[in-house]
Amino acid sequence: MTLAAWAMASDIVANVAAGRTSALAVTQTALGAIARNNPALNAFTDVVADRALARASALDASIMAGTAPGPLAGVPFAVKNLFDVAGLPTRAGSLINRDHPPASADATLIRRLETAGAVLVGALNMGEYAYDFTGENVHDGPSRNPHDLSRMTGGSSGGSGGAVAGGLVPLALGSDTNGSIRVPASFCGLFGLKPTYGRLSRAGTFPFVASLDHLGPLARSVADLALAYDAMQGFDPADPVCQDRPISPTFAEIGRGIGGLRVAVAGGYFRRGASPEALAAVRACAEALGAGEDVDVPEAARARAAAFVITTTEGAALHLDRLRTRPADFDPAVRDRLIAGALVPAPLVVRAHKFRRWYAERLADLFGSVDVLLAPATPFSAPLIGQQTFMLDGAEVPLRPNIGIFTQPISFAGLPVVAVPICLPGKLPIGVQVIAAPWREDVALRAAAELERAGVAACRRPSLED
Amino acid sequence: MQDVTNDDLDAMATAGARVLGLSIAPEWRPAILANLRVSLTLGLLVAEFELPDEAEPAMVFCI
Repeated sequence: MTLAAWAMASDIVANVAAGRTSALAVTQTALGAIARNNPALNAFTDVVADRALARASALDASIMAGTAPGPLAGVPFAVKNLFDVAGLPTRAGSLINRDHPPASADATLIRRLETAGAVLVGALNMGEYAYDFTGENVHDGPSRNPHDLSRMTGGSSGGSGGAVAGGLVPLALGSDTNGSIRVPASFCGLFGLKPTYGRLSRAGTFPFVASLDHLGPLARSVADLALAYDAMQGFDPADPVCQDRPISPTFAEIGRGIGGLRVAVAGGYFRRGASPEALAAVRACAEALGAGEDVDVPEAARARAAAFVITTTEGAALHLDRLRTRPADFDPAVRDRLIAGALVPAPLVVRAHKFRRWYAERLADLFGSVDVLLAPATPFSAPLIGQQTFMLDGAEVPLRPNIGIFTQPISFAGLPVVAVPICLPGKLPIGVQVIAAPWREDVALRAAAELERAGVAACRRPSLED
Repeated sequence: MQDVTNDDLDAMATAGARVLGLSIAPEWRPAILANLRVSLTLGLLVAEFELPDEAEPAMVFCI
């Protein structure tokens, strides 16, 4: 049988494992979808067709020889182009890094997914050096939203959002420093997981802000997120931030329901600046999960400010040599922010790091009385590509710095989050953050699965050519 | 930050760029100064939050 390109990863695994289809057939279907629809979506910057077909054939031969199929057998996936892919320069959305020699090996998370049976088909468009919430890229062109090609995917993992929402692949990896998985998940109507800071290895990826960088998956179902997340867990000495903790499988947990979980809505800061759609999406989730009273996240605005300062200064430190030697080769919007970041006095940066510890401890306290916290993922649904401002309480304000106002205070504390897609009638999709205590990805995934089971959270299939 | 003028920021950018070996083209300067003002405003918002002298920075953050 031939599975449609829109098939979920879990369906692909079941059919490949049962011998009803082959990894090669699934891979060919994905490559066909990419050939048809990527010209419109501009999600892929590199397609590794020969590698994918060879890998899929080897996988089929291995299964035919009696080897047990892995938990991701035959699942095509793609990665944001800041992941090392053997044989490709790791461009990280930049012009400058294209001059790098090809990567000699795959990133750790690619290796782990392929060990589980997945098949890498390519690398994905992204905002330059991940300093972006839009999914636009001056060198490669903008990623386009499958639900409306004139609109942003969100970023910086824009190609990851477009590729999965557009049905090119069922699974993609992105990075999230301040919201770069959760924002495209919201704008493109996908499930996205930003695990706890230090959970998944970042080895073999081009960094942005070491203090805040996370990696994670985007998919069209909670089960697919859990399958991918489980396959990627585990200590990796190649990433000094990766914690040596026991692997905590989640796939078998997501069907447990939410019995016993205490759910609350983040109030105060997380209601200000949110559009009616964003608030309606949170309300729908709160009702489905039986959320209690609102809770206040202390000093969330200051947390967002501190994340901003750490981001711009650490980013500036990372790119200082390139800013000296090749400033004209940067995206101007990235260059101008990084040069400004280089000029920020050090005491402000150290104070931001001190504040981070205080803030993370307060949030840990908050999770003593709550298991799941709900908050909008973005203040609004996908804006138009190139849009510079939006209306907030009757005033026209800059769009780009405000896209991440609800994601930044959460990742700043390193908390695990599942972004879930809510499709309100007649509206573009918009995401809600399902947030859990540190290291409790299982709890966030359980709550997300309950929202999916209740029909509140779902991925809507866009109208693209089949 | 309200009493910090654009001339103040311009002088800061000129001196800082010189120390760090960065070149700022004239046409980049307005956007860099605007970004610098935002970064400093947010940095000062954080720095005015009172923490004890013993507060540990989370330079290597681990939950």
